[in-house]
Amino acid sequence: MSYVRYQNRYMAMVLLGAAILVIMTIVAIIGFVGRQGLLTLSDVSWREFFLSPHWNPTSGQYGALVFILGSLAVTFLALLFGAPLGLAAAIYMAKIAGGPMRDVMRAATDLFVGIPSVVYGWIGLTVLIPVLQRLTGQSGFGLLPAAIVLGIMILPTLVSISEDALRALPISLEEASLALGATRWQTIWEVLLPAARPGILTAMVLAMARAIGETMAVQMLIGNTPQLPRGLIAPTSALTSEIVVEMANTPFGSTWNNALFLMALVLLLISLALILLIRFISRGRLT
Amino acid sequence: MPAKKADRVATAVLTMAALSLILILAWFLLYVLRRGLPVLTPQFLTSSPRELEAGGGVGPQLFNSFYILFLSLFFSLPVGLGTGVYLAEYARPSRWTDLVRLSVESLATVPSIVLGLFGMIIFVNFFGLGFTILGGALTLALLNLPLLVRVTEEAIRAVPVSYREASLALGATQWQTVRQVVIPAALPGIITGVTLTAGRALGETAVLIYTAGTSASRHFFDLDPFNAGETLAVHLWYVRAESLVPDAGRIADGAAALLIIAVLVFNLILGLPARLVLRRLTTGGHR
Repeated sequence: MSYVRYQNRYMAMVLLGAAILVIMTIVAIIGFVGRQGLLTLSDVSWREFFLSPHWNPTSGQYGALVFILGSLAVTFLALLFGAPLGLAAAIYMAKIAGGPMRDVMRAATDLFVGIPSVVYGWIGLTVLIPVLQRLTGQSGFGLLPAAIVLGIMILPTLVSISEDALRALPISLEEASLALGATRWQTIWEVLLPAARPGILTAMVLAMARAIGETMAVQMLIGNTPQLPRGLIAPTSALTSEIVVEMANTPFGSTWNNALFLMALVLLLISLALILLIRFISRGRLT
Repeated sequence: MPAKKADRVATAVLTMAALSLILILAWFLLYVLRRGLPVLTPQFLTSSPRELEAGGGVGPQLFNSFYILFLSLFFSLPVGLGTGVYLAEYARPSRWTDLVRLSVESLATVPSIVLGLFGMIIFVNFFGLGFTILGGALTLALLNLPLLVRVTEEAIRAVPVSYREASLALGATQWQTVRQVVIPAALPGIITGVTLTAGRALGETAVLIYTAGTSASRHFFDLDPFNAGETLAVHLWYVRAESLVPDAGRIADGAAALLIIAVLVFNLILGLPARLVLRRLTTGGHR
Protein backbone atom coordinates (compact mmCIF):
# COMPACT_ATOMS: atom_id res chain seq x y z
CA MET A 1 0.00 0.00 0.00
CA SER A 2 1.44 3.37 -0.98
CA TYR A 3 2.07 6.04 1.61
CA VAL A 4 -0.69 8.23 0.18
CA ARG A 5 -3.28 5.46 0.53
CA TYR A 6 -2.00 4.55 3.97
CA GLN A 7 -2.28 8.18 5.03
CA ASN A 8 -5.78 8.41 3.59
CA ARG A 9 -6.94 5.53 5.77
CA TYR A 10 -4.99 6.65 8.78
CA MET A 11 -6.51 10.16 8.70
CA ALA A 12 -10.03 8.75 8.41
CA MET A 13 -9.36 6.87 11.64
CA VAL A 14 -7.94 9.97 13.35
CA LEU A 15 -11.01 12.04 12.45
CA LEU A 16 -13.30 9.25 13.62
CA GLY A 17 -11.31 9.24 16.86
CA ALA A 18 -12.05 12.94 17.36
CA ALA A 19 -15.76 12.24 17.00
CA ILE A 20 -15.55 9.36 19.46
CA LEU A 21 -13.80 11.68 21.93
CA VAL A 22 -16.74 14.10 21.75
CA ILE A 23 -19.19 11.28 22.53
CA MET A 24 -17.00 10.12 25.43
CA THR A 25 -16.91 13.66 26.80
CA ILE A 26 -20.66 14.07 27.09
CA VAL A 27 -20.99 10.54 28.52
CA ALA A 28 -18.30 11.34 31.10
CA ILE A 29 -20.02 14.59 32.09
CA ILE A 30 -23.35 12.84 32.65
CA GLY A 31 -21.62 9.96 34.43
CA PHE A 32 -19.42 11.91 36.83
CA VAL A 33 -21.87 14.70 37.69
CA GLY A 34 -24.67 12.13 37.93
CA ARG A 35 -22.75 9.80 40.24
CA GLN A 36 -21.68 12.62 42.55
CA GLY A 37 -25.20 14.06 42.64
CA LEU A 38 -27.00 10.76 43.22
CA LEU A 39 -24.84 10.17 46.33
CA THR A 40 -27.11 12.75 47.96
CA LEU A 41 -30.02 10.36 47.83
CA SER A 42 -28.35 8.04 50.33
CA ASP A 43 -28.77 10.78 52.97
CA VAL A 44 -31.77 12.72 51.70
CA SER A 45 -35.00 11.33 50.29
CA TRP A 46 -35.75 12.37 46.72
CA ARG A 47 -39.14 13.50 47.99
CA GLU A 48 -37.53 16.01 50.34
CA PHE A 49 -35.06 17.24 47.71
CA PHE A 50 -37.63 17.85 44.99
CA LEU A 51 -40.71 18.82 47.02
CA SER A 52 -39.54 20.61 50.16
CA PRO A 53 -38.92 24.38 50.07
CA HIS A 54 -36.75 24.23 53.21
CA TRP A 55 -33.07 24.55 52.39
CA ASN A 56 -31.07 24.67 55.57
CA PRO A 57 -28.09 22.32 55.21
CA THR A 58 -26.58 23.23 58.61
CA SER A 59 -29.62 21.63 60.27
CA GLY A 60 -29.98 18.82 57.76
CA GLN A 61 -32.73 20.22 55.54
CA TYR A 62 -32.04 19.73 51.85
CA GLY A 63 -35.20 20.84 50.05
CA ALA A 64 -34.32 22.28 46.63
CA LEU A 65 -37.84 23.20 45.52
CA VAL A 66 -37.16 26.95 45.81
CA PHE A 67 -34.21 26.71 43.44
CA ILE A 68 -36.01 24.52 40.92
CA LEU A 69 -39.01 26.87 40.88
CA GLY A 70 -36.69 29.89 40.76
CA SER A 71 -34.88 28.53 37.70
CA LEU A 72 -38.13 27.69 35.91
CA ALA A 73 -39.77 31.02 36.79
CA VAL A 74 -36.82 33.12 35.66
CA THR A 75 -36.56 31.12 32.42
CA PHE A 76 -40.22 31.53 31.49
CA LEU A 77 -40.23 35.23 32.38
CA ALA A 78 -37.10 35.76 30.29
CA LEU A 79 -38.77 34.07 27.34
CA LEU A 80 -41.88 36.18 27.91
CA PHE A 81 -39.76 39.36 27.67
CA GLY A 82 -37.34 38.20 24.99
CA ALA A 83 -39.45 36.18 22.56
CA PRO A 84 -41.71 38.93 21.14
CA LEU A 85 -38.79 41.31 20.60
CA GLY A 86 -36.52 38.59 19.25
CA LEU A 87 -39.12 37.22 16.84
CA ALA A 88 -40.07 40.69 15.60
CA ALA A 89 -36.42 41.51 14.95
CA ALA A 90 -35.98 38.18 13.15
CA ILE A 91 -38.95 38.89 10.86
CA TYR A 92 -37.56 42.34 10.14
CA MET A 93 -34.16 40.89 9.33
CA ALA A 94 -35.46 38.10 7.12
CA LYS A 95 -38.21 39.86 5.20
CA ILE A 96 -38.01 43.65 5.50
CA ALA A 97 -34.40 44.77 5.92
CA GLY A 98 -32.18 45.44 2.91
CA GLY A 99 -28.73 43.94 2.62
CA PRO A 100 -26.68 46.53 4.55
CA MET A 101 -29.20 46.69 7.41
CA ARG A 102 -29.17 42.91 7.62
CA ASP A 103 -25.38 42.96 7.90
CA VAL A 104 -25.61 45.48 10.75
CA MET A 105 -28.19 43.31 12.53
CA ARG A 106 -26.05 40.22 12.08
CA ALA A 107 -22.99 41.98 13.49
CA ALA A 108 -25.17 43.17 16.38
CA THR A 109 -26.38 39.67 17.24
CA ASP A 110 -22.78 38.39 17.11
CA LEU A 111 -21.77 41.14 19.54
CA PHE A 112 -24.71 40.35 21.82
CA VAL A 113 -23.50 36.74 22.05
CA GLY A 114 -19.97 37.95 22.70
CA ILE A 115 -20.76 40.14 25.72
CA PRO A 116 -19.76 38.09 28.77
CA SER A 117 -22.53 37.15 31.16
CA VAL A 118 -20.72 38.82 34.10
CA VAL A 119 -20.87 42.08 32.16
CA TYR A 120 -24.62 41.62 31.63
CA GLY A 121 -24.89 40.99 35.35
CA TRP A 122 -22.79 44.05 36.14
CA ILE A 123 -24.97 46.27 33.93
CA GLY A 124 -28.09 44.90 35.62
CA LEU A 125 -26.54 45.50 39.01
CA THR A 126 -25.59 49.11 38.33
CA VAL A 127 -28.62 50.12 36.23
CA LEU A 128 -31.70 48.01 37.03
CA ILE A 129 -31.22 47.35 40.74
CA PRO A 130 -30.97 51.05 41.77
CA VAL A 131 -34.11 51.85 39.74
CA LEU A 132 -36.06 48.96 41.30
CA GLN A 133 -34.79 49.97 44.74
CA ARG A 134 -36.20 53.45 44.29
CA LEU A 135 -39.51 52.16 42.94
CA THR A 136 -40.13 49.55 45.64
CA GLY A 137 -38.17 50.77 48.65
CA GLN A 138 -36.77 47.22 48.97
CA SER A 139 -33.44 45.68 48.02
CA GLY A 140 -34.46 45.55 44.35
CA PHE A 141 -33.14 42.01 43.81
CA GLY A 142 -35.37 39.21 42.61
CA LEU A 143 -36.90 37.39 39.65
CA LEU A 144 -37.76 40.53 37.70
CA PRO A 145 -34.27 42.06 37.22
CA ALA A 146 -32.79 38.61 36.54
CA ALA A 147 -35.50 37.86 33.96
CA ILE A 148 -35.15 41.22 32.22
CA VAL A 149 -31.41 40.81 31.78
CA LEU A 150 -31.82 37.15 30.76
CA GLY A 151 -34.50 38.21 28.27
CA ILE A 152 -31.90 40.42 26.60
CA MET A 153 -29.21 37.74 26.78
CA ILE A 154 -31.33 35.21 24.87
CA LEU A 155 -32.13 37.68 22.06
CA PRO A 156 -29.28 36.58 19.75
CA THR A 157 -30.36 32.92 19.97
CA LEU A 158 -33.97 33.85 19.23
CA VAL A 159 -33.10 36.22 16.40
CA SER A 160 -30.53 34.16 14.52
CA ILE A 161 -32.38 30.83 14.59
CA SER A 162 -35.82 32.32 13.81
CA GLU A 163 -34.28 34.32 10.99
CA ASP A 164 -32.65 31.20 9.54
CA ALA A 165 -35.99 29.41 9.72
CA LEU A 166 -37.78 32.23 7.88
CA ARG A 167 -35.10 32.54 5.21
CA ALA A 168 -35.02 28.80 4.62
CA LEU A 169 -38.64 28.81 3.40
CA PRO A 170 -39.09 28.34 -0.35
CA ILE A 171 -39.61 31.66 -2.09
CA SER A 172 -42.61 30.20 -3.96
CA LEU A 173 -44.68 30.36 -0.73
CA GLU A 174 -44.15 34.09 -0.55
CA GLU A 175 -44.69 34.64 -4.26
CA ALA A 176 -47.94 32.67 -4.29
CA SER A 177 -49.31 34.68 -1.40
CA LEU A 178 -48.27 38.04 -2.86
CA ALA A 179 -49.66 37.04 -6.28
CA LEU A 180 -53.03 36.44 -4.62
CA GLY A 181 -52.98 40.09 -3.60
CA ALA A 182 -51.96 39.65 0.04
CA THR A 183 -49.94 42.44 1.64
CA ARG A 184 -46.47 41.73 3.00
CA TRP A 185 -47.77 41.55 6.55
CA GLN A 186 -50.61 39.21 5.57
CA THR A 187 -48.05 37.01 3.84
CA ILE A 188 -45.80 37.00 6.91
CA TRP A 189 -48.60 36.36 9.37
CA GLU A 190 -50.73 33.90 7.43
CA VAL A 191 -48.14 32.03 5.38
CA LEU A 192 -44.52 32.45 6.48
CA LEU A 193 -44.85 32.29 10.27
CA PRO A 194 -46.97 29.10 10.24
CA ALA A 195 -44.59 27.50 7.75
CA ALA A 196 -41.55 28.42 9.86
CA ARG A 197 -43.12 27.28 13.11
CA PRO A 198 -40.78 24.33 13.78
CA GLY A 199 -37.74 26.58 13.40
CA ILE A 200 -39.22 29.28 15.58
CA LEU A 201 -40.12 26.74 18.27
CA THR A 202 -36.54 25.44 18.09
CA ALA A 203 -35.28 28.98 18.64
CA MET A 204 -37.45 29.32 21.75
CA VAL A 205 -36.42 25.97 23.19
CA LEU A 206 -32.72 26.76 22.65
CA ALA A 207 -33.26 30.16 24.26
CA MET A 208 -34.82 28.41 27.25
CA ALA A 209 -31.82 26.10 27.46
CA ARG A 210 -29.52 29.10 27.47
CA ALA A 211 -31.62 30.91 30.09
CA ILE A 212 -31.96 28.03 32.54
CA GLY A 213 -28.21 27.37 32.48
CA GLU A 214 -27.18 31.00 32.80
CA THR A 215 -25.30 31.48 36.03
CA MET A 216 -23.42 34.70 36.56
CA ALA A 217 -26.05 37.28 35.61
CA VAL A 218 -28.71 35.42 37.60
CA GLN A 219 -26.45 35.11 40.63
CA MET A 220 -25.75 38.85 40.58
CA LEU A 221 -29.42 39.87 40.34
CA ILE A 222 -31.71 37.31 41.94
CA GLY A 223 -30.81 38.03 45.58
CA ASN A 224 -29.50 34.55 46.53
CA THR A 225 -31.91 33.89 49.38
CA PRO A 226 -33.31 30.37 49.70
CA GLN A 227 -36.94 31.36 50.16
CA LEU A 228 -40.02 31.23 47.96
CA PRO A 229 -40.39 34.68 46.38
CA ARG A 230 -43.19 36.90 47.70
CA GLY A 231 -43.31 38.75 44.43
CA LEU A 232 -41.32 39.50 41.33
CA ILE A 233 -39.04 41.91 43.17
CA ALA A 234 -38.17 39.86 46.25
CA PRO A 235 -34.93 37.97 46.83
CA THR A 236 -35.05 34.29 45.95
CA SER A 237 -32.61 31.88 44.32
CA ALA A 238 -32.14 29.53 41.37
CA LEU A 239 -30.24 26.27 40.78
CA THR A 240 -27.27 27.85 39.03
CA SER A 241 -26.84 30.77 41.42
CA GLU A 242 -27.12 28.56 44.52
CA ILE A 243 -24.41 26.23 43.17
CA VAL A 244 -22.04 29.13 42.55
CA VAL A 245 -22.63 30.73 45.93
CA GLU A 246 -22.37 27.59 48.07
CA MET A 247 -19.84 25.42 46.25
CA ALA A 248 -16.90 27.27 47.81
CA ASN A 249 -18.09 26.78 51.38
CA THR A 250 -18.71 23.04 51.35
CA PRO A 251 -16.17 20.20 51.57
CA PHE A 252 -16.14 17.82 48.58
CA GLY A 253 -18.03 14.63 49.37
CA SER A 254 -20.25 16.04 52.13
CA THR A 255 -24.03 15.69 51.80
CA TRP A 256 -24.31 19.44 51.33
CA ASN A 257 -21.77 19.35 48.50
CA ASN A 258 -23.41 16.31 46.91
CA ALA A 259 -26.77 18.08 47.01
CA LEU A 260 -25.24 20.88 44.94
CA PHE A 261 -24.10 18.27 42.42
CA LEU A 262 -27.63 16.85 42.37
CA MET A 263 -28.84 20.35 41.47
CA ALA A 264 -26.29 20.38 38.66
CA LEU A 265 -27.61 17.00 37.52
CA VAL A 266 -31.16 18.41 37.45
CA LEU A 267 -29.91 21.28 35.28
CA LEU A 268 -28.06 18.87 33.01
CA LEU A 269 -31.10 16.62 32.58
CA ILE A 270 -33.35 19.61 31.81
CA SER A 271 -30.87 20.77 29.14
CA LEU A 272 -30.68 17.30 27.59
CA ALA A 273 -34.47 17.02 27.64
CA LEU A 274 -34.69 20.33 25.76
CA ILE A 275 -32.28 18.99 23.10
CA LEU A 276 -34.44 15.91 22.66
CA LEU A 277 -37.49 18.18 22.44
CA ILE A 278 -35.83 20.08 19.58
CA ARG A 279 -35.16 16.82 17.74
CA PHE A 280 -38.79 15.88 18.24
CA ILE A 281 -39.92 19.24 16.82
CA SER A 282 -37.72 19.00 13.74
CA ARG A 283 -38.76 15.36 13.07
CA GLY A 284 -42.40 16.47 13.09
CA ARG A 285 -41.60 18.81 10.23
CA LEU A 286 -40.23 16.00 8.08
CA THR A 287 -43.31 13.80 8.23
CA MET B 1 -58.25 47.60 10.08
CA PRO B 2 -57.79 47.73 6.31
CA ALA B 3 -55.08 45.44 5.06
CA LYS B 4 -52.85 48.19 3.65
CA LYS B 5 -52.87 50.09 6.91
CA ALA B 6 -52.23 46.93 8.93
CA ASP B 7 -49.26 46.26 6.69
CA ARG B 8 -47.81 49.71 7.33
CA VAL B 9 -48.34 49.43 11.10
CA ALA B 10 -46.77 45.97 11.21
CA THR B 11 -43.77 47.15 9.19
CA ALA B 12 -43.30 50.06 11.58
CA VAL B 13 -43.55 47.82 14.65
CA LEU B 14 -41.11 45.24 13.28
CA THR B 15 -38.63 47.94 12.28
CA MET B 16 -38.86 49.47 15.73
CA ALA B 17 -38.21 46.08 17.35
CA ALA B 18 -35.07 45.64 15.25
CA LEU B 19 -33.90 49.19 15.95
CA SER B 20 -34.50 48.82 19.68
CA LEU B 21 -32.29 45.73 19.61
CA ILE B 22 -29.47 47.75 18.09
CA LEU B 23 -30.11 50.63 20.49
CA ILE B 24 -29.96 48.33 23.52
CA LEU B 25 -26.64 46.97 22.28
CA ALA B 26 -25.20 50.40 21.50
CA TRP B 27 -26.33 51.71 24.87
CA PHE B 28 -24.77 48.72 26.69
CA LEU B 29 -21.44 49.25 24.94
CA LEU B 30 -21.38 53.00 25.53
CA TYR B 31 -22.50 52.65 29.15
CA VAL B 32 -19.79 50.14 30.03
CA LEU B 33 -17.07 52.02 28.14
CA ARG B 34 -18.04 55.41 29.59
CA ARG B 35 -17.86 54.06 33.14
CA GLY B 36 -14.77 51.92 32.60
CA LEU B 37 -12.46 53.79 30.24
CA PRO B 38 -11.36 56.40 32.83
CA VAL B 39 -10.27 53.52 35.07
CA LEU B 40 -7.99 52.00 32.43
CA THR B 41 -4.64 53.55 33.30
CA PRO B 42 -1.35 51.76 32.55
CA GLN B 43 -1.02 51.26 36.29
CA PHE B 44 -4.44 49.51 36.45
CA LEU B 45 -3.56 47.27 33.54
CA THR B 46 -0.22 46.12 34.92
CA SER B 47 -0.37 46.10 38.72
CA SER B 48 -1.60 43.29 40.96
CA PRO B 49 -4.89 43.40 42.85
CA ARG B 50 -4.84 44.33 46.54
CA GLU B 51 -6.50 42.41 49.35
CA LEU B 52 -7.86 45.20 51.51
CA GLU B 53 -6.88 48.69 50.37
CA ALA B 54 -7.90 50.61 47.27
CA GLY B 55 -5.73 51.06 44.17
CA GLY B 56 -5.30 47.49 42.97
CA GLY B 57 -5.00 46.57 39.29
CA VAL B 58 -5.83 43.59 37.13
CA GLY B 59 -2.48 42.78 35.48
CA PRO B 60 -2.27 39.07 36.37
CA GLN B 61 -5.96 38.54 35.56
CA LEU B 62 -5.57 40.11 32.15
CA PHE B 63 -2.62 37.85 31.45
CA ASN B 64 -4.41 34.73 32.77
CA SER B 65 -7.45 35.43 30.58
CA PHE B 66 -5.41 35.20 27.42
CA TYR B 67 -3.19 32.40 28.70
CA ILE B 68 -6.18 30.19 29.59
CA LEU B 69 -7.89 31.11 26.32
CA PHE B 70 -4.77 30.13 24.37
CA LEU B 71 -4.40 26.81 26.20
CA SER B 72 -8.09 25.96 25.86
CA LEU B 73 -7.95 26.57 22.09
CA PHE B 74 -4.77 24.52 21.92
CA PHE B 75 -6.67 21.56 23.42
CA SER B 76 -10.02 22.02 21.70
CA LEU B 77 -8.96 22.99 18.17
CA PRO B 78 -7.64 19.56 17.06
CA VAL B 79 -10.68 17.67 18.37
CA GLY B 80 -13.17 20.34 17.29
CA LEU B 81 -11.79 20.72 13.77
CA GLY B 82 -11.35 16.95 13.45
CA THR B 83 -14.95 16.23 14.41
CA GLY B 84 -16.22 19.02 12.18
CA VAL B 85 -14.29 17.64 9.18
CA TYR B 86 -15.46 14.13 10.04
CA LEU B 87 -19.13 15.17 10.14
CA ALA B 88 -18.91 17.21 6.93
CA GLU B 89 -16.77 14.92 4.80
CA TYR B 90 -16.70 11.37 6.15
CA ALA B 91 -19.90 10.61 8.04
CA ARG B 92 -22.69 8.92 6.10
CA PRO B 93 -26.26 9.36 7.31
CA SER B 94 -26.61 6.61 9.88
CA ARG B 95 -27.49 5.91 13.49
CA TRP B 96 -23.85 6.38 14.41
CA THR B 97 -23.60 9.81 12.75
CA ASP B 98 -26.82 10.74 14.48
CA LEU B 99 -25.22 9.82 17.81
CA VAL B 100 -22.18 12.02 17.09
CA ARG B 101 -24.48 14.92 16.22
CA LEU B 102 -26.61 14.40 19.31
CA SER B 103 -23.45 14.42 21.44
CA VAL B 104 -22.26 17.70 19.90
CA GLU B 105 -25.67 19.32 20.41
CA SER B 106 -25.89 18.03 23.98
CA LEU B 107 -22.42 19.27 24.79
CA ALA B 108 -23.37 22.67 23.40
CA THR B 109 -26.32 22.99 25.78
CA VAL B 110 -24.64 21.75 28.95
CA PRO B 111 -24.86 24.77 31.28
CA SER B 112 -21.42 26.26 31.84
CA ILE B 113 -21.66 25.87 35.62
CA VAL B 114 -22.23 22.12 35.11
CA LEU B 115 -19.11 21.97 32.92
CA GLY B 116 -17.30 23.80 35.72
CA LEU B 117 -18.40 21.24 38.29
CA PHE B 118 -17.38 18.39 35.98
CA GLY B 119 -13.93 19.96 35.63
CA MET B 120 -13.80 20.33 39.38
CA ILE B 121 -14.51 16.62 39.94
CA ILE B 122 -11.89 15.57 37.39
CA PHE B 123 -9.03 18.02 37.80
CA VAL B 124 -9.39 19.43 41.31
CA ASN B 125 -10.48 16.30 43.13
CA PHE B 126 -9.75 13.18 41.04
CA PHE B 127 -6.28 14.29 39.92
CA GLY B 128 -5.83 16.30 43.11
CA LEU B 129 -4.37 19.32 41.31
CA GLY B 130 -6.36 21.96 43.16
CA PHE B 131 -7.35 25.09 41.24
CA THR B 132 -5.03 25.31 38.24
CA ILE B 133 -4.69 27.15 34.96
CA LEU B 134 -4.39 23.76 33.26
CA GLY B 135 -7.64 22.43 34.76
CA GLY B 136 -9.43 25.65 33.87
CA ALA B 137 -8.15 25.58 30.30
CA LEU B 138 -9.10 21.92 29.80
CA THR B 139 -12.60 22.55 31.15
CA LEU B 140 -12.98 25.68 29.05
CA ALA B 141 -11.94 23.54 26.06
CA LEU B 142 -15.14 21.54 26.59
CA LEU B 143 -17.14 24.75 26.21
CA ASN B 144 -15.35 25.62 22.94
CA LEU B 145 -15.54 22.14 21.51
CA PRO B 146 -19.15 22.01 20.23
CA LEU B 147 -18.89 25.56 18.84
CA LEU B 148 -15.75 24.65 16.92
CA VAL B 149 -17.35 21.49 15.54
CA ARG B 150 -20.34 23.49 14.32
CA VAL B 151 -18.41 26.32 12.65
CA THR B 152 -16.00 23.88 11.01
CA GLU B 153 -18.78 21.70 9.66
CA GLU B 154 -20.71 24.70 8.34
CA ALA B 155 -17.66 26.25 6.69
CA ILE B 156 -16.72 22.96 5.04
CA ARG B 157 -20.24 22.27 3.82
CA ALA B 158 -20.25 25.71 2.16
CA VAL B 159 -17.44 24.58 -0.17
CA PRO B 160 -18.98 23.65 -3.55
CA VAL B 161 -19.15 19.94 -4.40
CA SER B 162 -17.48 20.64 -7.76
CA TYR B 163 -14.19 21.37 -5.93
CA ARG B 164 -14.18 17.86 -4.48
CA GLU B 165 -15.24 16.25 -7.74
CA ALA B 166 -12.46 18.00 -9.63
CA SER B 167 -9.87 16.91 -7.07
CA LEU B 168 -11.09 13.31 -6.91
CA ALA B 169 -11.27 13.14 -10.71
CA LEU B 170 -7.58 14.05 -10.80
CA GLY B 171 -6.91 10.93 -8.77
CA ALA B 172 -6.44 12.51 -5.36
CA THR B 173 -7.42 10.46 -2.32
CA GLN B 174 -10.18 11.66 0.00
CA TRP B 175 -7.68 12.94 2.53
CA GLN B 176 -5.63 14.75 -0.14
CA THR B 177 -8.86 16.38 -1.34
CA VAL B 178 -9.84 17.43 2.18
CA ARG B 179 -6.38 18.61 3.08
CA GLN B 180 -5.39 20.45 -0.09
CA VAL B 181 -8.69 21.59 -1.59
CA VAL B 182 -11.59 21.64 0.87
CA ILE B 183 -9.90 22.97 4.01
CA PRO B 184 -8.08 25.83 2.24
CA ALA B 185 -11.37 26.89 0.62
CA ALA B 186 -13.19 26.69 3.97
CA LEU B 187 -10.42 28.43 5.91
CA PRO B 188 -11.87 31.97 6.04
CA GLY B 189 -15.12 30.61 7.45
CA ILE B 190 -13.27 28.47 9.96
CA ILE B 191 -11.13 31.41 11.09
CA THR B 192 -14.21 33.60 11.60
CA GLY B 193 -15.81 30.83 13.64
CA VAL B 194 -12.71 30.29 15.75
CA THR B 195 -12.48 34.04 16.44
CA LEU B 196 -16.09 34.23 17.60
CA THR B 197 -15.54 31.14 19.77
CA ALA B 198 -12.43 32.69 21.29
CA GLY B 199 -14.35 35.90 22.02
CA ARG B 200 -16.97 33.93 23.90
CA ALA B 201 -14.46 31.84 25.81
CA LEU B 202 -12.57 34.94 26.93
CA GLY B 203 -15.55 36.23 28.92
CA GLU B 204 -16.58 32.88 30.38
CA THR B 205 -16.86 32.82 34.14
CA ALA B 206 -18.93 29.96 35.54
CA VAL B 207 -16.64 27.31 33.99
CA LEU B 208 -13.56 28.81 35.62
CA ILE B 209 -14.53 29.78 39.17
CA TYR B 210 -14.18 26.22 40.50
CA THR B 211 -11.48 24.99 38.14
CA ALA B 212 -8.98 27.85 37.73
CA GLY B 213 -9.98 29.48 41.00
CA THR B 214 -10.32 33.02 42.27
CA SER B 215 -6.70 33.84 43.03
CA ALA B 216 -3.87 34.78 40.73
CA SER B 217 -0.10 34.55 40.90
CA ARG B 218 1.74 37.57 42.28
CA HIS B 219 4.38 37.25 39.59
CA PHE B 220 3.81 38.74 36.22
CA PHE B 221 3.75 36.45 33.19
CA ASP B 222 3.72 33.39 35.38
CA LEU B 223 3.50 30.57 32.84
CA ASP B 224 3.29 27.72 35.35
CA PRO B 225 0.06 25.93 34.34
CA PHE B 226 -0.29 24.39 37.80
CA ASN B 227 -0.84 27.74 39.48
CA ALA B 228 -4.31 29.01 40.21
CA GLY B 229 -5.30 31.43 37.46
CA GLU B 230 -8.10 33.90 38.07
CA THR B 231 -9.24 35.53 34.84
CA LEU B 232 -10.60 39.00 34.24
CA ALA B 233 -14.22 37.87 34.02
CA VAL B 234 -13.93 35.83 37.20
CA HIS B 235 -12.27 38.80 38.89
CA LEU B 236 -15.15 41.08 37.90
CA TRP B 237 -17.56 38.69 39.59
CA TYR B 238 -15.32 38.00 42.58
CA VAL B 239 -14.50 41.60 43.36
CA ARG B 240 -18.22 42.40 43.40
CA ALA B 241 -19.37 39.38 45.37
CA GLU B 242 -16.64 38.49 47.84
CA SER B 243 -13.84 41.01 47.92
CA LEU B 244 -13.19 43.47 50.72
CA VAL B 245 -11.48 46.24 48.76
CA PRO B 246 -13.23 49.61 49.09
CA ASP B 247 -12.92 50.41 45.38
CA ALA B 248 -14.57 47.19 44.15
CA GLY B 249 -16.96 49.21 41.98
CA ARG B 250 -14.11 51.01 40.24
CA ILE B 251 -12.25 47.75 39.57
CA ALA B 252 -15.43 46.11 38.26
CA ASP B 253 -16.01 49.08 35.94
CA GLY B 254 -12.50 48.75 34.56
CA ALA B 255 -12.71 44.97 34.17
CA ALA B 256 -16.09 45.23 32.41
CA ALA B 257 -14.71 47.82 29.98
CA LEU B 258 -11.68 45.63 29.26
CA LEU B 259 -13.92 42.65 28.54
CA ILE B 260 -16.09 44.72 26.21
CA ILE B 261 -13.01 46.02 24.39
CA ALA B 262 -11.80 42.44 23.99
CA VAL B 263 -15.18 41.39 22.58
CA LEU B 264 -15.13 44.29 20.13
CA VAL B 265 -11.60 43.45 19.03
CA PHE B 266 -12.44 39.78 18.51
CA ASN B 267 -15.69 40.47 16.69
CA LEU B 268 -14.91 43.51 14.60
CA ILE B 269 -11.19 43.70 14.04
CA LEU B 270 -10.04 40.08 14.03
CA GLY B 271 -13.24 38.71 12.51
CA LEU B 272 -13.61 41.30 9.79
CA PRO B 273 -10.80 40.44 7.36
CA ALA B 274 -11.83 36.77 7.32
CA ARG B 275 -15.45 37.80 6.80
CA LEU B 276 -14.52 39.97 3.83
CA VAL B 277 -12.54 37.15 2.25
CA LEU B 278 -15.47 34.85 2.93
CA ARG B 279 -17.83 37.22 1.14
CA ARG B 280 -15.53 37.42 -1.86
CA LEU B 281 -15.41 33.64 -2.04
CA THR B 282 -19.12 33.04 -1.54
CA THR B 283 -20.27 35.76 -3.91
CA GLY B 284 -17.77 34.67 -6.56
CA GLY B 285 -20.47 32.98 -8.61
CA HIS B 286 -20.19 29.46 -7.21
CA ARG B 287 -23.85 29.08 -6.36
